[in-house]
Amino acid sequence: MPQGISTEGRNRESGKSLRFSDRGGAHRTARPGSFARLSPSGITMADAAAADTPLLQTPLHERHVALGARMVPFAGYSMPVQYKDGILTEHLWTRENAGLFDVSHMGQRFLIGADHATAARALETLIPADIQGLAPGQQRYSQFLTADGGILDDLMVTRPADPAEDGVLYLVVNAACKNDDDKLLEKLPLTFIRAEHRALLALQGPKAALALARHASGVADMAFMTSITTTFDGIPVNVSRSGYTGEDGYEISVANDKAVAVFDALIAEPEVKPIGLGARDSLRLEAGLCLYGHDIDTTTSPVEAQLQWSIQKRRREAGDFPGAARILAELKDGASRKRVGILPDGKAPAREGTEIMKDGAVIGRVTSGGFGPSVNGPVAMGYVASAHAAHGTEVELMVRGKALPARIAALPFVPNRFFRKQS
Amino acid sequence: MADTRYTKDHEYIRIEGDTGIVGITSYAQEQLGDVVFVELPSVGKKVDQGAEAAVVESVKAASEIYAPVAGEVVAVNDALESAPGTVNEDPTGSGWFMKIKIADSSQLNGLMSEADYKAYLDTLS
Repeated sequence: MPQGISTEGRNRESGKSLRFSDRGGAHRTARPGSFARLSPSGITMADAAAADTPLLQTPLHERHVALGARMVPFAGYSMPVQYKDGILTEHLWTRENAGLFDVSHMGQRFLIGADHATAARALETLIPADIQGLAPGQQRYSQFLTADGGILDDLMVTRPADPAEDGVLYLVVNAACKNDDDKLLEKLPLTFIRAEHRALLALQGPKAALALARHASGVADMAFMTSITTTFDGIPVNVSRSGYTGEDGYEISVANDKAVAVFDALIAEPEVKPIGLGARDSLRLEAGLCLYGHDIDTTTSPVEAQLQWSIQKRRREAGDFPGAARILAELKDGASRKRVGILPDGKAPAREGTEIMKDGAVIGRVTSGGFGPSVNGPVAMGYVASAHAAHGTEVELMVRGKALPARIAALPFVPNRFFRKQS
Repeated sequence: MADTRYTKDHEYIRIEGDTGIVGITSYAQEQLGDVVFVELPSVGKKVDQGAEAAVVESVKAASEIYAPVAGEVVAVNDALESAPGTVNEDPTGSGWFMKIKIADSSQLNGLMSEADYKAYLDTLS
């Protein structure tokens, strides 16, 4: 019987039953002393001599190095930006086959309340998504908001499928934001667990289901944005059907000391190659997905970012989330600026920070831009004044002092191919 | 008799009489990764030593290419426009960027020889 999504962390913390209701004052985080205990082969400090600031390593660090990855500092971790094939090949492989990404630097967190409604109500004080209405096994995208409606971080929230896990919420937050997020989560009247004892792998691409189904049962017919607890070659894992590439795919949460076994078994599949963060970035840009700290931050609202689909009706009607006054006004009257796709007419990429011009005036800035390998040309996204946000609007991008023609374009640049369950 | 000189920015200049062919070294293309765009100067442009002469863009980032010596751009490798990946495949051959008419050949003396450049690379690893 596979263990539940959170039982590991919970049992180690409490040594007690799955049912966990001692919430009064029980804001617990993993104690410093439990760090090593929870991660015998897990996140360790890099050799201090290797860098001025010691970088954290994921449980897969040695695998990346052995595979010839170029390791770069990212959000305090040493992470593979690319393997030997390079970003272009890795990107195209993922779109055609399946790519395996180590995303163990991301923050996996558990919130535990007496029951689902209790946990959901508490989390909803920080985010605008309907969490109370999440069905067991369902997952939602949301954002932590400031009091004036800016975005502190974006995250995935999952309600575990197993009824024994009632009251548990599983969160995945950005690596660069996780320490700040923790400060918010610790204040909730819930038990809080930083799941540093778990690694996270993303298997993405049209052949991901084929490859994963050889090792894990029940994954092939999962609906998009759902989660199950299953086993991978006998190893307890939690699998969600989601990702950050615009393709079908999965995220697999596994104990640190089993991460290498899962990684090795997957890259041994003929459809699967390891893919670095470089291709992860170009894949998500083509898919029109936001990167925190670039396309969204505390100065952008979810409505400006065109993420209003992630604010469900019940929350809009209640208006009971941080920044609701601004966000509800923007939902009603429209935001003054919008996140849009931008396609340069020529071949020169327009990078983050590039000014977007219309009739000689600056109307916005590029927030992510580069070369889209599947588009086989430059792609960008950024914010423009809403008056100029219509698809097809001709604009100019100021690249190295030259005004290059471009046009506002629909996102995504490459059609999303998320799995749609046949009913 | 061709001589090749190198800069600390990993550009080479292969000297042919009073002109030099400029490109980036194998080390540089490997560090950049897949080259997806090259912006070349116009023929006839006069460049100072160390001035920005071209831009090479990988999937991840843009990098400037500096003129190793002062001079006039007398030819550019237009083939890179449609096939920027040539910079990765053959950086010191068909992946060249531009040909410069050297204004002051004494500037070459300040650049590294092949042996010096190899020693310099060893200090970077």
